[in-house]
Amino acid sequence: MSQTTAHAPASSNTLRLWLSTAVVALLIIGTGMFQSWNLALVIVNMGLISAIMALGVNLQWGFAGLFNVGIMGFVALGGLATVLVSMPPVEEAWQVAGIQLISGLLMGVATIVVAIVAAQKIAKARTRNITVVAILVVGFVLYRALFDPAVGKIEAINPAQFGNIGGLNLPIILAWPVGGLFAAAAAWVIGKTALGLRSDYLAIATLGISEIIIAMLKNEDWLARGVKNVIGLPRPVAYEVDLQRDPGFAETAANLGIDVTTASTLYVKFSYAFLFTIVLVILLVLAQLALKSPWGRMMRAIRDNEVAAEAMGKNVTARHLQIFVLGSAICGIAGAMMTTLDGQLTPGSYQPLRFTFLIWVMVIVGGSGNNYGAVIGGFLIWFLWVQVEPLGNWLMQLITSGMEDGALKSHLLGSAAHMRLFTMGLVLLLVLRFSPRGLVPEN
Amino acid sequence: MDFLNAIVALANFVIIPATVYGSQLALGALGVTLIYGILRFSNFAHGDTMAFGTMVTILITWWFQSMGINFGILPTALLALPFGIAITSLFLLGTDRVVYKFYREKKSEPVIFVIVSLGVMFMMNGIVRFIIGTGDQRFADGERFIISTREFKAMTGLQEGLAIRFTQGITVVTAIIVVAALFYFLNRTRTGKSMRAFSDNEDLALLSGINPERVVMVTWIIVAGLATIAGVLYGLDKTFKPFTYFQLLLPIFASAIVGGLGNPLGAIAGGFVIAFSEVSVTYAFKKVLGYLLPESLEPDSLVQLLSTDYKFAVSFVILIIVLLVKPTGLFKGKSV
Amino acid sequence: MSDPYLNAAGLTGGYGTGADILHDLTLTVDKGEIAVIVGPNGAGKSTAMKAVFGMLNIHTGKVTLDGEDITNLSPQARVGIGMGFVPQVNNIFTSMTVEENLEMGAFIREDDYSQTMEQVYELFPILREKRNQFAGELSGGQRQQVAVGRALMTQPKLLMLDEPTAGVSPIVMDELFDRIIEVARTGISILMVEQNARQALEIADKGYVLVQGRNRFTDTGQALLADPEVRKSFLGG
Repeated sequence: MSQTTAHAPASSNTLRLWLSTAVVALLIIGTGMFQSWNLALVIVNMGLISAIMALGVNLQWGFAGLFNVGIMGFVALGGLATVLVSMPPVEEAWQVAGIQLISGLLMGVATIVVAIVAAQKIAKARTRNITVVAILVVGFVLYRALFDPAVGKIEAINPAQFGNIGGLNLPIILAWPVGGLFAAAAAWVIGKTALGLRSDYLAIATLGISEIIIAMLKNEDWLARGVKNVIGLPRPVAYEVDLQRDPGFAETAANLGIDVTTASTLYVKFSYAFLFTIVLVILLVLAQLALKSPWGRMMRAIRDNEVAAEAMGKNVTARHLQIFVLGSAICGIAGAMMTTLDGQLTPGSYQPLRFTFLIWVMVIVGGSGNNYGAVIGGFLIWFLWVQVEPLGNWLMQLITSGMEDGALKSHLLGSAAHMRLFTMGLVLLLVLRFSPRGLVPEN
Repeated sequence: MDFLNAIVALANFVIIPATVYGSQLALGALGVTLIYGILRFSNFAHGDTMAFGTMVTILITWWFQSMGINFGILPTALLALPFGIAITSLFLLGTDRVVYKFYREKKSEPVIFVIVSLGVMFMMNGIVRFIIGTGDQRFADGERFIISTREFKAMTGLQEGLAIRFTQGITVVTAIIVVAALFYFLNRTRTGKSMRAFSDNEDLALLSGINPERVVMVTWIIVAGLATIAGVLYGLDKTFKPFTYFQLLLPIFASAIVGGLGNPLGAIAGGFVIAFSEVSVTYAFKKVLGYLLPESLEPDSLVQLLSTDYKFAVSFVILIIVLLVKPTGLFKGKSV
Repeated sequence: MSDPYLNAAGLTGGYGTGADILHDLTLTVDKGEIAVIVGPNGAGKSTAMKAVFGMLNIHTGKVTLDGEDITNLSPQARVGIGMGFVPQVNNIFTSMTVEENLEMGAFIREDDYSQTMEQVYELFPILREKRNQFAGELSGGQRQQVAVGRALMTQPKLLMLDEPTAGVSPIVMDELFDRIIEVARTGISILMVEQNARQALEIADKGYVLVQGRNRFTDTGQALLADPEVRKSFLGG
């Protein structure tokens, strides 16, 4: 980083921002014109969600230098929130084992709390260790004794359709903030333990917790049906079939010269885009306000010189915990939005490359430390992620066009999809090398 | 007799698998810890380096098999292994030249190296999937069992059987040879000592005339060897699947950190700590206890602490405990 | 009169592109001579050492060793032509044994260095005793001996020591100084920075008093000790 770029005037940044925005807009409009508007809107919707995730990670990395590679876990917790908030409760499950389940869970929580209190209160090392271990062992046995039978009963209820506790039957939009809360709670626990240790350890700790969250979603069938998936989540927007049956809608579509089926799908996607845009704008405004507030300045001061900040009496770990929780909460909100858009929770589909490391590419490419940069990065990289596959296919068609049909040709054609990961890595490395501050650098 | 049966069951389902898995983790963790010690960053591409090395070895194995070359009762993959290591070395040296060297010369911060390694991870992942696909590959050939359950039962007359597969034997023997060779190299040879010196105190190593680029080069070659061997052993013992190798990153890092990052001895110890905990926490002890306890006390449940799907949680919990109690790891690692 | 063995004349420069720290500084050391740099905190003593060793950006002035211009050589290259440097801190490999530390000191030598190691052990007998112990487990004074021993392994003609007695007890300090005199007697030139100015000047053939990166007084060690102004300002009366 040379001196000149480090003090780049804000105006050159504004120019970069507008240029990148224009490029993203052109790419999306181009998709609409040359492929289909439905696809363009699909990209926009996931782009909006990706932008929100990137915003959350940028808060942690760009403002505070925290290296979180557990994004997938926070996103998945958001997904879990949609099920627990919006699905109707499975009454039978609560009747047969509700009290038992809750007391089991309370037992588990109580065990941990008592163990922590014991660890803090007992002064003598040996007594303390023995007591804590004893509490944990006894607590664990009691917890399993209460919890296991309850789970068995719940999972036995009509497993083909339920086998879980269901949700609260509330509007699904409520799940978005709840998803944020879930993620925040998990982030608080992980932050309490791993922040203050070195940065590599936070990375490994977050990587670990995200794997555990996914394992939990896959295996705790009573909670959200595990790998049996929860499908048919309620929607915050209209259903296509209802629109198509609505004579008023059909008439408007006819007036616009679009057939009613296409119009209904576009309408639904537009509705989502509208909702997501509202969330993105709110979060972006909040993030910008935070960045410019004394709190944001202090955060960046800590990031740039932790030792000096600590010497000035700033509680670095506490500040880091705040921003870590906030950033993770944003990822949780985005995760809930994504599951809402999908209309189903499929724990098997969460993969770290897609939900953790891809978000990192977005943040780095967009420009770490710049909120707008993160948003642009989110859109751009998502666009690439979607479009590289057809591009790869096309490229492979071209390469193999002169070949005779055979094993090699079909292998090359079949493998084109994997170009995606390769391209993402390449983009990340190229940006790091030639434009390490990203497309829209920090002001 | 019941006591013996219990021991055999324990050996068959816990001790042997954990020793084998521990050897694999230890080799993987050694690679991570060497990179951390010399190049001073946590290499997130290590799991994919293992996958790459294993893939190359599998391709060569298939080629050998198609030409009718085999290794008798041992898997052909062992013959292909040296070639796999050589190609992986070249690949890593190329990556270093094209990617990492730039940041080394710029003296970038460790976390930048980590992010760069994410990029490398993506690309390697893409390359491996592009060439060999995402599916399971079995490439073990040769004899299957050193001793099979049936033979063991016939031999001892015990109710419980004990099986030791060839791949398990090979894993442990290879791991012992590799670790012995590595420690001989690090502690007895001039180049090995210069690597330790560089890891210990970079500035003083430079003042002593140690060439950093040479140290880095040797490190990548050793890492290629360790990663390929670890990957091939894991693949022979189980199967090869790119995504599984990526997921090995967590237990491998846990092993390296638990042992003390940058400390080779610690990496080995950490590998076994993680492996034994993972296997024993997820093993259902009903059978073993059934032999040991009087009938009236026999457990009804499986006596399994956690289902096997939570094995990641085990590495993770051990990692957290060690970090909280002893942040530099069981053996003194680097504390930056 | 022929040039001194080490002649660093008119050095001006600083770290990287930062402000100049040294201004027209001159340091010379003859064969087998002990030269000591003293001065108040922040006088640029350690910086002067680094300048001589090529770890600083020098834009004017030049450094010659044995008549040869070495101004543009890298620190590593300077080790190759007979300069040894013992930094003030982090000057040993803590995770390696004493003997391995010495071996690493001899890393650039292709010939048999067992003779040199023997000489180091004769000079510092305690190191022979502890040769299989990790250097990090030794006491402060012993660590300094390892550090000096490591630098001697290249058989330097000029040994540069940056505060070799920092943080050791007075008894150990006296012993270290005795050893340094012994090293000088074998014909090795010594350039060292010292915080313990009085004791250091007592063994010095030549002393440099630095203030704010400039030569303030230059004379023999004894003459500086006798100079009332030096005594008043720098030796505490």
